[in-house]
Amino acid sequence: MDFDYFLRLFFSGLTRGSIYALLALGYTMVYGIIKLINFAHGEIYMIGAFTALIMATVFSFTGMPTLAILVLSSLVALIYSSAYGFTIEKLAYKPLRKAPRLSVLISAIGMSLFLQNYVLLAQTSNFLPYPSLLPQVPVPRFLQGIINSQQIIIFTTTAVVMVLLTLLIKFTRMGKSMRATSQDRVMATLVGINVNKVISWTFLIGSFTAALGGILISSFTGQINFYVGFIAGIKAFVAAVLGGIGSIPGAVLGSLVLGMTESFAAGYLSSVYEDVFAFIILVLILIFKPSGLLGRPETQKV
Amino acid sequence: MLELQSVSTYYGNIQALKEISLTIEKGEIITLIGANGAGKSTTLMSISGVVPPRDGDVIFQGESIMGMDAAEVVAQGICQVPEGRRIFPHLTVQENLDMGALLRSDREGIRTDLNYVFSLFPILAERRGQAGGTLSGGEQQMLAISRAIMARPKLLLLDEPSLGLAPLIVQQIFEIIKQINQENGTTIFLVEQNANQALKVAHRGYVMENGRITLADSAANLLSNQEVKNAYLGV
Ligand SMILES: Nc1ncnc2c1ncn2[C@@H]1O[C@H](COP(=O)(O)OP(=O)(O)OP(=O)(O)O)[C@@H](O)[C@H]1O
Ligand SMILES: [Mg+2]
Repeated sequence: MDFDYFLRLFFSGLTRGSIYALLALGYTMVYGIIKLINFAHGEIYMIGAFTALIMATVFSFTGMPTLAILVLSSLVALIYSSAYGFTIEKLAYKPLRKAPRLSVLISAIGMSLFLQNYVLLAQTSNFLPYPSLLPQVPVPRFLQGIINSQQIIIFTTTAVVMVLLTLLIKFTRMGKSMRATSQDRVMATLVGINVNKVISWTFLIGSFTAALGGILISSFTGQINFYVGFIAGIKAFVAAVLGGIGSIPGAVLGSLVLGMTESFAAGYLSSVYEDVFAFIILVLILIFKPSGLLGRPETQKV
Repeated sequence: MLELQSVSTYYGNIQALKEISLTIEKGEIITLIGANGAGKSTTLMSISGVVPPRDGDVIFQGESIMGMDAAEVVAQGICQVPEGRRIFPHLTVQENLDMGALLRSDREGIRTDLNYVFSLFPILAERRGQAGGTLSGGEQQMLAISRAIMARPKLLLLDEPSLGLAPLIVQQIFEIIKQINQENGTTIFLVEQNANQALKVAHRGYVMENGRITLADSAANLLSNQEVKNAYLGV
C-alpha cells in the first residue's frame, strides 16, 4: 500500500514534469536565441488547449470516433498555436530587436496580459469542462491505482517529442543554425545564417510543444480556464531556470525535478501549499546555483 | 573587385570611419594597417554589413552591396574572419566547418574543400569531434580561417589573424594566407597591427589613422616609407 502510494506520486510527478518540459522547452530555446523571457509563452499553451477544445466540440457533431476527433482537433490547434507564436514574435518582439532588453520584456508581459484578457472576454473566467480526448483503456492489473492510460500517453508523447527535437537540434541545418545563433549571433550572420528565420523557427517549435502540453494536460485534468497558462507558464519557467535557462536537456531535467518535488511534497507534506514549492526551488537555485543544474555560467560578450 | 567610395560609418553619434575610399583588385592581397582604435575592424564590419555605413557606397563586382544585411553579403561571396576569431565554442570543430559551408549545396565541392583545409591544418582533422571552445588560440585561428575557406569566398576579409599568437604560429598563418591567395586565387583583405609581416605578404597597403586613410601605396614602398617605419614598424 505504502509503496503503491509512492509509485502513484512518482507517476503523477512524471506527468506534471512532462507537461512542464513541453512548456519549458519554449522558454529555454527562445532565451537561448534572443535572451528574452517570453512571458506570453504560457498563453500559447492555454490557447492551444482552448483551440483543441473548440475544434473537438465542432468535430463531435460529425459523429466521428474519439480518436479521430483527438487527432484532428489537436492538429488544428497545434498549427494554429504555432502561427500564434510566430505572429507574437513578429508583432511584439521583432520591432524591438535593437531596443534595451527591458523594453522587450515589458512588451512580452503586455502580450501575455492581452492574450489572457482576450480569452477571458471570449470564454469567461469560469472553468469549462474539457473532454477527455485521450483514450482511457484499462492498464494491467499490477498497475491499477498507480498509473492510468492517459498518463502513459502523456509520457510517451513527451519522450517522442524530446527525441525528435534532439535529433533536429543536433543534426539538421536549422538545428545547427539555432545552436550557432545562440552561441554568437554576429558570427552566425557572418557565416550567412538568416537570424530572423532562426528566430521564427524557434517560436514555431516552442509554441508547438507548448500547445501540445496544454492539450494533453487539459484532457487529463478535464477542465480549463483563461488562467491555466499563466500558472503553468510560471512553473515551467522555474523549471527552465532550475535546469539552466538556455539549455534544452536542462529544461527537461528541471521540469522532471520540479514535477516530482511538487507531487511528493503534496503527497507526503501538504497539498495546500502545492504551488509554493516551485517558488522555494526558484529561490534556492537563485541563491546556490544561479546558472542552473545544467546551465553554463553566462559569459558576457563584448 | 571591391571598392569603397567615401564610406562613413557611425556608432551612435561617434563617427568611426570618415569618408574612406579604397579599391581591391581581383587576386590581390591588400593590407590595412593602423593603431588601436583607428577603425580597421569597423571597415571590415562596414563591408560585411554588420555595422552598415551611413554614407558613401560599397561596390562589389560592379554592384552596390550597401544596405545588404550580413547574411546577404556572405551570399555574394565575401567572408570575414573577425577579430577574436569567434569560434562557436560549443560546436565541434567539424560543425564549425559545416557552418562555414552553410550556404553551399555542392556536396562534392564541400568535401574537396574539407580535405583541403585538413591538408593546410592537419591538427584540425585530429580535433574534428572536439568542441571549438577547447582549442588553443592558434588552433582556433586555424579553425576560423578554415571555416571561412569552407564558404569558398571570392573575397576573404581577415581581421588581425596574428593577434595573440606565438611567433612560430604567426609565421605559419601568414604562409597559409599567401598560399590561399596563390593556389585558389582568393582575393584577400588583411587587417593587421603586425605591419611588418602584413606588408611582406601583401601587394599593396593602406594606412589608417583616426578613421581616415592617410597613405596608400605598394607594400614595398610602404615598407621603406620613413613615416610608416617610425609609426608601425618599430625601427
Ligand atoms: N560597438 C561600438 N560602439 C561604439 N564605439 C565603437 C564600437 N566599436 C568600435 N568603436 C569605436 O570606433 C573606433 C574604431 O574602432 P575599431 O574597432 O574599428 O578599431 P580598430 O582599428 O579595429 O582597433 P584595434 O586594432 O584595437 O582592433 C574606436 O574609437 C572605437 O572606440
Ligand atoms: Mg580591430
